[in-house]
Amino acid sequence: MNLFTSLKMAIRNIQGNKMRSFLTMLGIIIGVASVIALLAIGQGSSKSVSDSVTSLGTNLITVTITNTDTHFTMDNMKEVKQTTGVKSVAPVLSGRSTVRNGSTSSQVSVTGTTSSYQSIRQLTVKEGRFVSALDQKFRQKVIVLGSDLATTLFENQSPINKKVLVDGESYTVVGVLNSKGGSMGQSSDDAAFLPFSTAQRLMKTTYITQFYAQAENQNSVTWAMAGISRVMSETYSDSDDYSVVNQQDVMEAMSSVTSTMTMLLAGIAGISLLVGGIGIMNIMLVSVTERTREIGIRKANGARRRDIMLQFLIEAAVLSMLGGLCGVGIGILASKIYALATGGTVVYSLSIMAAAFLFSAIVGMVFGVFPAYKASKLNPIDALRTE
Amino acid sequence: MTEAMITMSKIEKTYKLGDTSVHALDHIDLSIEKGDFVSIVGPSGSGKSTLMNMMGCLDKPDAGKYILGGSHIDLLKDRDLAEIRNRKIGFIFQNFNLLGKLTAVENVELPMLYRGVKTKERRAYALACLRSVGLEERAAHLPNQLSGGQQQRVAIARALAGDPQILLADEPTGALDSKTSKEIMNLLTKLNDNGRTIVLITHDLTVARQAKRTVSIRDGKLQEGEHI
Repeated sequence: MNLFTSLKMAIRNIQGNKMRSFLTMLGIIIGVASVIALLAIGQGSSKSVSDSVTSLGTNLITVTITNTDTHFTMDNMKEVKQTTGVKSVAPVLSGRSTVRNGSTSSQVSVTGTTSSYQSIRQLTVKEGRFVSALDQKFRQKVIVLGSDLATTLFENQSPINKKVLVDGESYTVVGVLNSKGGSMGQSSDDAAFLPFSTAQRLMKTTYITQFYAQAENQNSVTWAMAGISRVMSETYSDSDDYSVVNQQDVMEAMSSVTSTMTMLLAGIAGISLLVGGIGIMNIMLVSVTERTREIGIRKANGARRRDIMLQFLIEAAVLSMLGGLCGVGIGILASKIYALATGGTVVYSLSIMAAAFLFSAIVGMVFGVFPAYKASKLNPIDALRTE
Repeated sequence: MTEAMITMSKIEKTYKLGDTSVHALDHIDLSIEKGDFVSIVGPSGSGKSTLMNMMGCLDKPDAGKYILGGSHIDLLKDRDLAEIRNRKIGFIFQNFNLLGKLTAVENVELPMLYRGVKTKERRAYALACLRSVGLEERAAHLPNQLSGGQQQRVAIARALAGDPQILLADEPTGALDSKTSKEIMNLLTKLNDNGRTIVLITHDLTVARQAKRTVSIRDGKLQEGEHI
């Protein structure tokens, strides 16, 4: 008997028992769908993380100072800037403040920094200008708004030269940034920027707790980091007092977290596939018992053990592959719905879909072997005698 | 004279029922010639079904020699027995044993299916077999859409589809009324007239008498003629 005939026979049998076949496939469907959906969401989130990190610029080095006893000053900054491989540096002082225009107000992240910040963070100005060296020198009460913040406060009007209140004090808007996107609270769209010196007054500090340094190019990042660490160690004896991190490190840390999560999700989904396989075995065993007489009739008409075995094996395989296909479809649908509902990113990988589908087919066949073997071993006389 | 289709010598089969063992077949010697129409009669429990299973290669004897159409059945393996059942034997059962989910013509195709005959050829020959039992127009019906007599005729068509050397009929009229029984018996007689060897198992003497030769079985022992 050829494979095509066996296949047709299996499909006929599955069609003849629609409800039961569906319930049998359900385990596989849920398993495959969850593998596809969870991995699509997991990979999507790790992609959006890495995208947002890359958008900050891969030459970016972040230095954070945790020691509050020894103060880091602008003079120290100058030293850092002299280091080989470092192109520019910008101190940052961040906090959250209420920015108000008339009756409209918004609680946003306010960053105090210097003019070099613009090039380090690759920001572009839509209107007006960014914070300048003069602003810094004379502690000007000027403010640059992110694009979303500008829209919130001023709607369609141009905010340039208008006044806004930051925590009750009046500032002049000198610039609006272009939208850049980004995530994880790093977005410059919903933020405001002040001169560093002005921000120090606003937040009542006199020292620097964090600064960005930009390496000359991708290759000099390691050099620049070594140089910065050397300068830092001159000021701080304990290396726990500060940290020097580049974007690559951040990205690796992030991706290791997301990949662990993804593996975990895949593991859970894999287990549900396995449970689905056991479901198939269960139903196939019932089906063998139920169809004992059919097996007897087929054997009396010359079916060999191999034919019977193949028949049941193909049925199990077709069931699980159908389930696998449905699962792929439902998985894609589910992750699409997730993406629509949460606005998150999902990434589909053809290889994962193929693997999940293949795995489901293999599960079906592996768990189909035992029932098929049992069917093929039935004694034709006993099989014919059952009613 | 004519050549032997079936030669059984000293066939034994014992079943264990708890502590007691039952001699279902006790040194059976039987020879059936080609073209013969033999009926085997016996009360229930006499061993006639066991004998039928033995002849049909569904069961193997504990001891003895069985030659069917030149093949030494007692020496063959399971796989070869399936081949023998497929090519040399056509079964007709009391309860028809049709597959309920297949149409009449698909049921008839069954032996050819396991022989690897191509789809078109298979369908054509199956239809021819149905025509020979007068059921061609019922080809697309499911067994439960057919009357008992029609189902049995489909079963006969299926038995013929493998073009076997011997037809084994186990109480073929047992589930039918007397009118349809007569039809089925006429059909079998006609097949025998065309040269088909038939072995019929029954407990009904009026049915048995339509065969050319009658053998009786009682307590696993065989005797020529009617002895009931």
